[in-house]
Amino acid sequence: MTSAGAPLGLRCSNLEKRFGNFMALRRLSFEIRPGEAVALAGHNGSGKTTFLRIAAGLSRPTSGSLHVGSEDIITTAVRMRIGFVAHQTMLYDELTAEENLLLFARLQGISASADRTAELLRETGLAERRCSLVRTFSRGMRQRLTIARALLHAPSLLLFDEPGTGLDAPGISWLAATLLRVRQAGCTILMSLHGQAELAAVATRAMRLEAGSLAADSLSGESIESVLRVKER
Amino acid sequence: MALLQTTATLFNKELRTELRSRELITTTIVFIVLVVVLFSFTFDPTSTESRRFGPGLLWLAFLFAASLMLQPCFLREQLNDTLSAVRMASPDPFAIFLAKLAANTMFLLLTELLMLPVFAVLYNVPVWHVLPSLALVLFSGSLGICVAGTGVAAISAQARMRELLLPLLLLPLLSPVLIASTEATAALLAGQPVLRLDWVGFLAAFDLVFLTALWLFGEFLLEE
Repeated sequence: MTSAGAPLGLRCSNLEKRFGNFMALRRLSFEIRPGEAVALAGHNGSGKTTFLRIAAGLSRPTSGSLHVGSEDIITTAVRMRIGFVAHQTMLYDELTAEENLLLFARLQGISASADRTAELLRETGLAERRCSLVRTFSRGMRQRLTIARALLHAPSLLLFDEPGTGLDAPGISWLAATLLRVRQAGCTILMSLHGQAELAAVATRAMRLEAGSLAADSLSGESIESVLRVKER
Repeated sequence: MALLQTTATLFNKELRTELRSRELITTTIVFIVLVVVLFSFTFDPTSTESRRFGPGLLWLAFLFAASLMLQPCFLREQLNDTLSAVRMASPDPFAIFLAKLAANTMFLLLTELLMLPVFAVLYNVPVWHVLPSLALVLFSGSLGICVAGTGVAAISAQARMRELLLPLLLLPLLSPVLIASTEATAALLAGQPVLRLDWVGFLAAFDLVFLTALWLFGEFLLEE
């Protein structure tokens, strides 16, 4: 798999997000270089999802700035170069697996959308169920399809929020192999993880958020394993 | 061109998901039939009274049915966060609104077409001789309801108390459409039918103003 265009880096400066009185992100400042694969750890509520949604251009920060590549994140052109996996499946239950992928392929203007869809359905092991409605799928099958949707347009930046959710052991192995292939193709990856050492092995860098602040970064000399180890509360 | 292509792709998705779930159409048809039948039983109007009050009752029924139909159009996109996926994949966010607007208008018109014979029979008001003009009024009024309603549905879907917020914002906003559509329909169903172009023109202007507003501010309405 190749990446569409040059990989995108990401830079945030004094980024903050507030929901009413709750401060979800506090003065986050860091840079992710193009081609890096970063694992993001942290307790529930530490701000991982909030940060990923801002980075995907789906939510605005309260203050501070976040740039993807050299552009403002909100531009549609930048957003279309991002592959995003969220907590929810982002799939239509009333469409089949094939229809879901074809819909997003057409929206993204992929020329050989049918070929690309067939290729991804084969890769995810869902080719035989391509005509089944997504609502009949198990959580693991939905997650595979969700990941396929995010990879459809060979994005330059992958933002994965707990991508191993619902996947069994072979599913995790498949995802790790896919992420490794994507990383080797030069795509920048930022993924939030809870454990899952096999996925963490893909990362070239790790960061940990605590209460919305950056608590640790493997760039400062700590090992990736140590940064990803979330202390019990 | 990209806008039209994206709109067509999303419109196709709207139709396909609706035809499989039948959620919007079934709810709207059942509701609108109930309202018109109950109005008829409650008032038991004569033919003259029907010509006078019928158009108002008809458009009130359309308006309430539309507010029911519009509520889930963005809400059901939140179930699996599909709106985020569509936002990230669409080159023009206005296409998301256009596709929903086209689908909502089509569903509402379909409901109105099914409703019209029931109304004609229950209220003893012949509508067939003015059908082409009535179709124009129905189209302009329904487009007005859906163009404003789609925008308000996008806002209310992200708010707390969303079930209450949509009718609360929508019904006052649509009172000009209700008045213009009722007046135009009443003129068509009168003893001497006449197509009131002033009211139709008013509806066209309303549609155009709200469509422009959606085009200008649509992206902000979709933000979290």
